[in-house]
Amino acid sequence: MASPIEQFEIHTIIPIHIGGVDLSYTNSAFWMTISVAVASVFLALGARRRALVPGRWQVMTEMAYEFIANMVRVNVGDAGRRLFPYIFTLFMFILFGNLLGLIPGAFTYTSHIIVTLGLALTVFVAVTIVGIVKHGLHFFSFFVPSGVPALMMPLMIPIEIISYLSRPVSLSIRLFANMMAGHTMMKVFAGFVVPLGAATFGIGGLAPIAMDVALTGFELLVAFLQAYVFTVLTCLYLNDALHLH
Amino acid sequence: MMVAQARSVVLAGIAAVAAVMPSLALAAAEGGDTLPQFDSSTFATQLFWLTVSLVVFFIIMRNNALPKIEEALETRSRKIDDDLDKASGHREEAEAAMAAYEKALADAAEQAKAIHREVAEGIAESATARRTALAAKLAEDTKAAEARIIAAKEPALANLQDVAIEVVQEVAAKLAGLKVSGADAKAAVAASLKEKA
Repeated sequence: MASPIEQFEIHTIIPIHIGGVDLSYTNSAFWMTISVAVASVFLALGARRRALVPGRWQVMTEMAYEFIANMVRVNVGDAGRRLFPYIFTLFMFILFGNLLGLIPGAFTYTSHIIVTLGLALTVFVAVTIVGIVKHGLHFFSFFVPSGVPALMMPLMIPIEIISYLSRPVSLSIRLFANMMAGHTMMKVFAGFVVPLGAATFGIGGLAPIAMDVALTGFELLVAFLQAYVFTVLTCLYLNDALHLH
Repeated sequence: MMVAQARSVVLAGIAAVAAVMPSLALAAAEGGDTLPQFDSSTFATQLFWLTVSLVVFFIIMRNNALPKIEEALETRSRKIDDDLDKASGHREEAEAAMAAYEKALADAAEQAKAIHREVAEGIAESATARRTALAAKLAEDTKAAEARIIAAKEPALANLQDVAIEVVQEVAAKLAGLKVSGADAKAAVAASLKEKA
């Protein structure tokens, strides 16, 4: 019987070693490739006709665009326009990773902490650079909370710095933990199907199957929601850096 | 009977779960001492391929997909704005045409009124003129008639004197048997007339 954890294992497809570092093309990389390909085909090909009266496919691409564009406009304002392409890329990359990972047998690259941490770090670095470019050294006043007595500063400033540094950690763990927990739970219930069915002449196997059907619907929601949360938080962090309190 | 069967099925199910649980836990433990997520030997390849995928995806999005979608959205909003502008232009034109029509209508009404007034005035004028002319003619006729009457009165009066003289002569002859001469009778009539006058 397969462990519910087995689905998270990394398998090498094409071994690549450069300078003693293992950069092999793995199942994770393979699903990243598929994600990028599917999302690119969906978005670039869907928008290729630029029709005045769009078809269904074009409407979907335009809705995706407007969805993220509105999110950036509402949470960041016009100043966020320059980072919009990256925020859009981030949302689509996470969304397609989450959704394609729900295909039975697929690998969910967003269920790996190192991938989500990598994504969160790009946000962290980008936001910090944007803040420093916009405000110069004044950006570091971000860590000095306003309206706090001077006596409290030695306590408050380290807290602010820690909370700033913990942003990429919470951002990455939220996505990784959600994806891993959901997939693990589905595998655990799937694991009950055959033993329960065998013990009860097939009837008992239906209960975990029903549970997995419900969980699949729930996981579709989580897949979208986590991509959304990641992107909204990126927008909020960006807004903080652009408009210091 | 049915209830008992159902209960036995449920009990069997619970028993099966209880039986499977330890083996599942065992399998999980056997599957790996740690989660694959914490196996640091795969970090380098994952980060590498994440970077590659993300960069490729970003370039496709920024240089291809997003400009296309933006173009479509912009063209559409521009087209809608243009159409709205055009529509409001057409409405203005229609309103101008309506105003011109109304002005023409008002002008025509004004003109008709003026013509009406003119004609009425003309008619009134000619009627007055005709009336005046008629009045003048009537006055003239009256005058002529009066003249004629006066002209007829004189001989009639003279005639009346002659008749009176004759009557005087006759009456005197019949009543008094006097023969009054024409001259005396005439003088008597004249005196009587003078007395009466």
